[in-house]
Amino acid sequence: MSEHHRGQDGDHGHHHHDNHFTDVEARVKALETVLTEKGLIDPAAIDAIVDTYETKVGPRNGARVVARAWSDAEFADWLKRDATAAIASLGFTGRQGEHMRAVFNTPDTHNLIVCTLCSCYPWAVLGLPPVWYKAPPYRSRAVIDPRGVLAEFGLELPIDKKIRVWDSTAELRYLVVPERPDGTEDFSEEALADLVTRDSMIGTGLALSPQAKP
Amino acid sequence: MNGPHDLGGQHGLGPIAPEKDEPYFHAEWEKRALGITLSCGAFGAWTIDESRHARESLPPATYLAASYYEIWTRALETLLKRHGFVTQAELDAGHMHEKGREPKRVLKADMVAGVLARGGPCDRPVATPPRFGVGDRVRTKNFHPETHTRLPRYARAKVGVVEAVQGSFVFPDDNAHGKGENPQWVYTVVFDGGEIWGEGGDPSLTVSIDAWESYLESV
Repeated sequence: MSEHHRGQDGDHGHHHHDNHFTDVEARVKALETVLTEKGLIDPAAIDAIVDTYETKVGPRNGARVVARAWSDAEFADWLKRDATAAIASLGFTGRQGEHMRAVFNTPDTHNLIVCTLCSCYPWAVLGLPPVWYKAPPYRSRAVIDPRGVLAEFGLELPIDKKIRVWDSTAELRYLVVPERPDGTEDFSEEALADLVTRDSMIGTGLALSPQAKP
Repeated sequence: MNGPHDLGGQHGLGPIAPEKDEPYFHAEWEKRALGITLSCGAFGAWTIDESRHARESLPPATYLAASYYEIWTRALETLLKRHGFVTQAELDAGHMHEKGREPKRVLKADMVAGVLARGGPCDRPVATPPRFGVGDRVRTKNFHPETHTRLPRYARAKVGVVEAVQGSFVFPDDNAHGKGENPQWVYTVVFDGGEIWGEGGDPSLTVSIDAWESYLESV
């Protein structure tokens, strides 16, 4: 084992790989090759997984849930009582959305979602989490300095607005239902969904106002 | 365990720096890392709790310096070796040496949609009624196991209020270590910011966790 092939942490890992790969690229390549040779993974299945999260499962799912809740009081009530079933009724189920809970912003309270222990995130309605959600700065600060965190997202809340942080420590996955923007009384569900951003469903943003819509 | 993953309340980890119009993936290898991890999860050889423990057991300096898909990849190597699917020599060589263990199933492309749609529900019935009810004041335990737990350090030995009984779920502290699912009731417990962060904490803040019954005691 030559010294320059040793893993960063010195644990094991001397990877016989082309020098143009970074360490992690080489690790992933070795895994894919070994597992494929053993018949343990199907590269086409990996393509299908990636395609699912690139094109089928993303924040538009959650936006549809929120838009439905804004336009249908009965659905909103169902979402409050049994988010898993209400969301499943729109066709959004499955991995990292098995057990859902929706939390509603109000004039008094703003909700913010975090997973301090790993990266728990409601994949079924928001897709794969962004890098910042999984990284130490957000996970460390969201529970102790949420206002500072929100300021980094350009969101300044009134000082008397309560902040409720939900740490996803179990298997419940949270969806924030932001407040419906003013001036949207005549909006269709589809037009409402266009105002719902991913960040507004994590709590690091608000829904777009009709004027601000890009 | 009091590992590098237990980040709530730590200082000095830098700005969040959200990326405008962040892409789903920042490199090709991230796509493969996601797909390989999910494919291997479908073997049915380990649980999500064991994989979380494998990730949090990385050396702290490695964990904190690694991107999330690198953490996944390193933990996956551990799991594949532990369960006899690959050897370190094979990972080093980047090629198969011997067949190794056969998994219960191999995820094929035509199975992906069904498997992702099914997910892995982990609610399980328990025979006894919940010990706590909505509105009860509870104190979280002050424990520091070297094994897996989902009670974050910042929320230990704190008094909060049970806000909801969420149902009964697989107990990760046991399940991560092959000791069975042993489901327990899970409660949403809400704490005042001051109870957790003390003097100087944001008075408008409340924080909640979802806590298994054995994390809690009556006040």
